[in-house]
Amino acid sequence: MPAIEILGLEKTYSVGFWRKRPKCALKPLHLAVEEGEVFGFLGPNGAGKTTTLKMLVGLAFPTGGTARILGLELDDPKMKAQIGFLPEQPYFYDYLTARELLKYYGHLSGVDAKQLSSKVDAVLARVGLKDAADIQLRKFSKGMLQRAGIAQAILHDPKVVFLDEPMSGLDPMGRREVRSLIEELKAEGKTVFFSTHILSDAEALCDRVAIIHLGELRGVGAIADLTSGVRGKVEIVWRSTTVPAALKTLGAECHFAGETIRVVIAEENQDIALDALRRERARLISVTPVRTSLEDYFIAQLSDPPQGDPKSTLPSLMPGAKSAGARS
Amino acid sequence: MNPRIYYIATNTFREAVRDRVLYNLIAFALLLSGAAVLVGQVSIDIERLVVINLGLTAVSIFGIVIAIFIGIGLVAKEIDKKTLYTVLSRPVRRWEFIAGKFFGLAGTLVVNTTFMAIGVFAALLYVSHHLQASDSRILVALYFIVLQFVMITALALLFSAFSSPLLSAVFAFSLFVIGSFAEDLRGIASLTHGAAGWLETCVAYLVPNFSALNVISQVAHGEAVAPQLIAYNTAYALVYTVAVLAGTVLIFERRNLK
Amino acid sequence: MSSRRVTDAAALLLVFSMAVSVLLVRKVDQLRAGATLQEVLYVSSPKLLKRLSLGYDGLVADVYWTRTVQYYGSMHHAGGGNYELLAPLLNITTQLDPHLIPAYEFGGTFLSAKPPQGAGLPQRAVELVEYGIRSNPDDWHLYYDLGFIYYMDLKDYPGAADAFLRGSQVPNAHPFMRILAAQMAEHGGEAQTARMLWSATYQTTHDDHVKANAAAHLRALQVDQDVADLEHVVEIYHQRTGRLPASFLDMASAGLLRGIPEDPLGKPYRLTSDGKVVVTDPDDLPFVENGLPSDYRDPAVPKILPAN
Repeated sequence: MPAIEILGLEKTYSVGFWRKRPKCALKPLHLAVEEGEVFGFLGPNGAGKTTTLKMLVGLAFPTGGTARILGLELDDPKMKAQIGFLPEQPYFYDYLTARELLKYYGHLSGVDAKQLSSKVDAVLARVGLKDAADIQLRKFSKGMLQRAGIAQAILHDPKVVFLDEPMSGLDPMGRREVRSLIEELKAEGKTVFFSTHILSDAEALCDRVAIIHLGELRGVGAIADLTSGVRGKVEIVWRSTTVPAALKTLGAECHFAGETIRVVIAEENQDIALDALRRERARLISVTPVRTSLEDYFIAQLSDPPQGDPKSTLPSLMPGAKSAGARS
Repeated sequence: MNPRIYYIATNTFREAVRDRVLYNLIAFALLLSGAAVLVGQVSIDIERLVVINLGLTAVSIFGIVIAIFIGIGLVAKEIDKKTLYTVLSRPVRRWEFIAGKFFGLAGTLVVNTTFMAIGVFAALLYVSHHLQASDSRILVALYFIVLQFVMITALALLFSAFSSPLLSAVFAFSLFVIGSFAEDLRGIASLTHGAAGWLETCVAYLVPNFSALNVISQVAHGEAVAPQLIAYNTAYALVYTVAVLAGTVLIFERRNLK
Repeated sequence: MSSRRVTDAAALLLVFSMAVSVLLVRKVDQLRAGATLQEVLYVSSPKLLKRLSLGYDGLVADVYWTRTVQYYGSMHHAGGGNYELLAPLLNITTQLDPHLIPAYEFGGTFLSAKPPQGAGLPQRAVELVEYGIRSNPDDWHLYYDLGFIYYMDLKDYPGAADAFLRGSQVPNAHPFMRILAAQMAEHGGEAQTARMLWSATYQTTHDDHVKANAAAHLRALQVDQDVADLEHVVEIYHQRTGRLPASFLDMASAGLLRGIPEDPLGKPYRLTSDGKVVVTDPDDLPFVENGLPSDYRDPAVPKILPAN
């Protein structure tokens, strides 16, 4: 059973005061996330990421479709007890201390009163707020607030954690901390679903990603799969002072550094180049595939117009299957 | 009691108590009681009258302001600032949230009123040098004022559920003013004919009947309030509050949060 | 409890509670009847109230005016009695808003009228209207109200004539003011004068109570006239035939009447055995002086029918 099953979830609302025009924030979305996955929900601002998240955690109501989390319906309190949510740029009750805040949330999530104190202490230590535990939240810096936000999301040991732009506004130190925290959560077997528009974070953390743009799903799958479909390049480094003629005809740029030469050529020309170097008996140092980055894939997806019904272009959305969402 | 409602209520109380705005308003009210003492000394016979009138009026008006200020903060501010996101994504039902907020604020107001009432009695003691039995009637006036607070809190909560903080405050305060003239409204409505009369009648019965809950001048003149009236007013305040809260739940249950 | 059931329960609760609250409001209104007005007596001075109104004098005056009308209406309906709050209420209303003209007309009629129709305080009424005249010197109608008080309740015909004369000198005064002044001076006590005045009131007032009152007086005057005329015809019949007529038909067949005479409400007059003419339903026609059955007792509350 997938941890998160999104079945045609859709959101339209009407804008305008007098003449109501319908605006579609999310076209019918179909997606499944397995337990234990770290899943990245990528897209530019206004793509519909937050809308989707809000519907999943019960802050907004879909105008079509359904979803299930851990097999339970969206309005089931038993489901809510097993999820954690960190909203974007969270803001908390000014006059509570971090400890009071977490205790409050713990009670609301149904954490056993006897264990609550120790759990609160533990999670405060984990997010690095142990020393600030009794300071009022209105005195917290942005980074500290983010950490408090993560603390409240994981306090009750949820199975699925939803994070909306968890790295936003953090300095590199903070981002490094959040990244390692997400890795820890994965190690604990939790499912992490986070939205972001920062691709490097997704590349570093996610097992799979989905790309969403203007309310529409544009691609989903493992990063490696998404980027492998694109014709890549190969970087060859060897020890020599001359470039074989055959290589020169490939028209690639050669970089000279001391006694080594580095060249980047198209993957399909790899054999030709290696043959030429072997004939020369050149001393190969390395042959490295240069993969397309997720960013290239992302930009490519976004610049192409949508192909009608997204469902028809996407094969199985289960992990392990190769996704055809990639286009070069 | 439902544990979540309990915790939301206590949290609301705590948040309200720590908000310094509250203290400023209470201080103002106490100051006014003190001022009443000074004013009363200008004319010997009416000291008591002025202290009770001014004191209770201060409690009433400042209490309403507090009720509205904090009432708006309950939901409208929480939506505005998104503190609601982390609460409602937990196994808390929306109606439980409304109930908890309401009880928390009602509790805050009772505590507030107690402090302000002590101020009034202290001022009264100062000018009269002793309290008489009829002063117990002041408690009835205070009790009615608390009933008004409870109703206004529910109304502030109602508007918060769908409106911005500023508009909610405006609506709630307007209803306080209109409600204070509810009896006159019904009088006008009975004299008006036709469709306008029907509309006026509907409005006159829907607005909170604060005019019946204002017995300040009566009590200031030492008149008692009939026990029957106390009973019926209590029943009315309760039923009206329930209606308003039900309306709030209705609106809030399916509201999409921005 | 699913979301759907919560909304259903809430909707049900809302409707039910609002319904109950309306019932409770009505009960509370009953219990408090008059309590708000009693507070009027606590207002030691209208000047203080004016200050407390924080500049919203007009609004507060309107509120008190509404309460005045309500007060009068409910007191009158309940059986008249003392209108002890009428004077203070009118006093407050006009102190807060001296330009609330209807208040002067109302006071002029009902402050001065004798109980159970009014408070029976003609002097206070005069003071009120004089105050109104000082505050609104260009309003000729107030002089009319003043003159009316002198005429109706003080029976001071010269005083009334003087008021009408003063009024006629106001620019834009209605021409009838001059006529009334003359009429009053010459024929103060006559029925014709009364009819002129009540007609004038009936036609110019906008207030329902005042209009109804005027209509009742006009009907009474009509009845008085009819009765006098009919009894005169009875006398003629007596002289011709030497006996009293048994019924109006007798008089009709003698060529003295054209049918059964009817009172202003359309009910036939009755001829008594001793040749007097009386009305059939004296309760419907208050203020009548001639034409009441000999055993008739005035009801406690004069029944004023609507102006139509």
